Amino acid sequence: MTRQPDLLYSDTEDDLRAAVRSLLADRADPQAVLGRIEEPSPYLPGLWEALAGGIGAAGLLVPEKLGGQGASHREAAVVLEELGRAVTPAPYLTSSVVATETLLALAADSGPAADLLAALASGERVAVLALPFSTAPRKPGDPERRVPAVADAVAADVLLVPRPDGLYAVDAADAAVTRQSSLDLTRPLAVVDTRDATGVRLAGTEAGRAAVRRGLLAGAGLLASEQLGLAEWCLEETVRHTKERYQFNRPVGSFQALKHRMAHLWLDVVGARAAARAAADALAAGAIDAELTVSVAQAYCSGVAVRAAEECVQLHGGIGMTWEHPAHLALKRAKADQLALGSTGHHQDTIATLTDLPSPS
Amino acid sequence: MTDAAELQARTRALLAAHPPATTDRTEFLRARFDAGLAWVHYPAGLGGLDAPRALQAVVDAELAAAGAQDNDPRRIGIGLGMAAPTLLAYGSDEVKSRFLKPLWTGEEVWCQLFSEPGAGSDLAALGTRAVRDEATGDWIVDGQKVWTSSAHTARWAILIARTDPEQPKHRGITYFVCDMTDPGVEVRPLRQITGEAEFNEVFLTGVRIPDAHRLGEVGDGWRVAQTTLMNERVSIGGARIPREGGMIGKAAGVWRDRPDLRTHALHRRLLDLWVDAEVARLTGERLRQQLVAGQPGPEGSAMKLGFARLNQAISGLEVELLADEGLLYGDWTMVRPDLVDFTGRDAGYRYLRSKGNSIEGGTTEVLLNIVAERVLGLPPEPRNDKDVPWKDLAR
Repeated sequence: MTRQPDLLYSDTEDDLRAAVRSLLADRADPQAVLGRIEEPSPYLPGLWEALAGGIGAAGLLVPEKLGGQGASHREAAVVLEELGRAVTPAPYLTSSVVATETLLALAADSGPAADLLAALASGERVAVLALPFSTAPRKPGDPERRVPAVADAVAADVLLVPRPDGLYAVDAADAAVTRQSSLDLTRPLAVVDTRDATGVRLAGTEAGRAAVRRGLLAGAGLLASEQLGLAEWCLEETVRHTKERYQFNRPVGSFQALKHRMAHLWLDVVGARAAARAAADALAAGAIDAELTVSVAQAYCSGVAVRAAEECVQLHGGIGMTWEHPAHLALKRAKADQLALGSTGHHQDTIATLTDLPSPS
Repeated sequence: MTDAAELQARTRALLAAHPPATTDRTEFLRARFDAGLAWVHYPAGLGGLDAPRALQAVVDAELAAAGAQDNDPRRIGIGLGMAAPTLLAYGSDEVKSRFLKPLWTGEEVWCQLFSEPGAGSDLAALGTRAVRDEATGDWIVDGQKVWTSSAHTARWAILIARTDPEQPKHRGITYFVCDMTDPGVEVRPLRQITGEAEFNEVFLTGVRIPDAHRLGEVGDGWRVAQTTLMNERVSIGGARIPREGGMIGKAAGVWRDRPDLRTHALHRRLLDLWVDAEVARLTGERLRQQLVAGQPGPEGSAMKLGFARLNQAISGLEVELLADEGLLYGDWTMVRPDLVDFTGRDAGYRYLRSKGNSIEGGTTEVLLNIVAERVLGLPPEPRNDKDVPWKDLAR
């Protein structure tokens, strides 16, 4: 019998959403985000402290005894929906989900991993996993000492570095972090070189690899919620715009050709919500089919977010092509997210394996 | 207030008084109706107990565990899903107590006389006339209906007909219960694309309907019909299906059983559709949870649109996947089935029958307009038919 996931939102989750949305409306509206994207750092001053420490969002996955909120992936998913809606530049997915979950997998009650978890949970420090952002949970690959396309590395205090002999925590100041020019302006990438840094060994080879896989799996599963939030914003803005924009003496949203496109997008968003909630719930419950549910969510929600952002640009007409309108922020984020934590193809391959639907021999 | 414990006790009492193993099916169903356990959210005396709708699950679980036979809801879906809520909302006390019990037990099958050859998507354009016989107060009905499933087995029909052609099209319609055994009713099978005749044409000639069988006010039939149509959409998504429970299970089964038929292009499409089917299943589950939690959302429209597209894509893939076998077709013999059986038939049948999924119960194109206007709040299409008398509309 298939497990029945809880696909609704609890009252606590609704309250958390309201708090995050209100903070972002205050501190990270589209104009504020647009104003920072060409600065050396796109992160908004004070926002991380308010989100991570003030609201306590950074510690949702961390048990209370380790300094966190003792909540679950379901709550973290709600935060990501809101960060996705606002295309917020914040190292939440990378630090509070992927790095945090990697450390949690080590099951340390004390010592450097536990200390670092507490620092991440309070938002005092930021850690990122030193792997390319495109790394799929199933195939992390062989770690290199010089890693390109590490997301949010420029914001990190600590780098989690998988090495052949185990998983290491390396102080970012000891590593060479070189910012790259990235497609998604709100989630900067960098080349991370830890060849000259020693760091602290947190786990041995096997335990380290398993922890990294779990961190990536949680990241992939909750990325679906970021994609859902982004898609929802794109649809809402497009509906709003086409209701107000007049051409041919009618609001353009009254033309059937446009209405059907937006209705199709709504259908996609409805599906994405069910898929993303299922993934968050499966991760929270440690469900036996969590890996399958995550890959289904990724295989589905990536495409929905890209489609929503592309439709948003197109149906805004010329306005959608301008730097001043935030549609391009969403498009760039959506396209980068499609590749993040495993492409659609990677996740479909996982599904084929897990469901016994093998490719032709 | 009726709670779960009380319903459980009542169900057990019913089972004790009428053990399913030794009780005739119809007799059991009648007793269940009289005990208020047919549809617990209906009023007492009409098969229910005025209990919350969600508690029906408690009753159903007890009955299923005891092996009690149900009323075969798929076979009497129009009666249960569409006629009953409308009778409940608009019928007189006499009408409700006359019709609801045999409807629910399946002793009387219902059909729906709505669509016409010239009024499908534009249902309010219908032209079947109902004229009052001033001497008796009866209504005399003449016209033609089409796409009527179950008409050949139905005892009763819900019918909408035009009673005032001088009014704009939505305003001159009245809603009736029609006796399908009346001599003026002629049912003809309508053979379809699959070779079988699952639907009918119904010709109405001088059919006499007593005024007591009118539901709602004269001229208010469109509003009454909205109750019927809204309940048609709500009834979707009630059942839980397991992973691979729908058509995708058939295609996945062929893929596993027949390695010789696999190609890379088909693999990609199969995985795309497997993901879509799983997401549709989760969407249905989420809709079900919303209904149980008393937060019905508009997702019902998404289910209908999504299933139509999925069924068509999956069954098309399955025909291709079967290669030489896909060139064959099970049986073209003209039969008149009682219900649509998608998974019990071969891939060719599924492919052809699923073409109807994007037409029946509202075409995809019309439903997309409804989603755009009612869910997203987009401006309506400009219309030139709203304030024109029906008799002056182009036809």
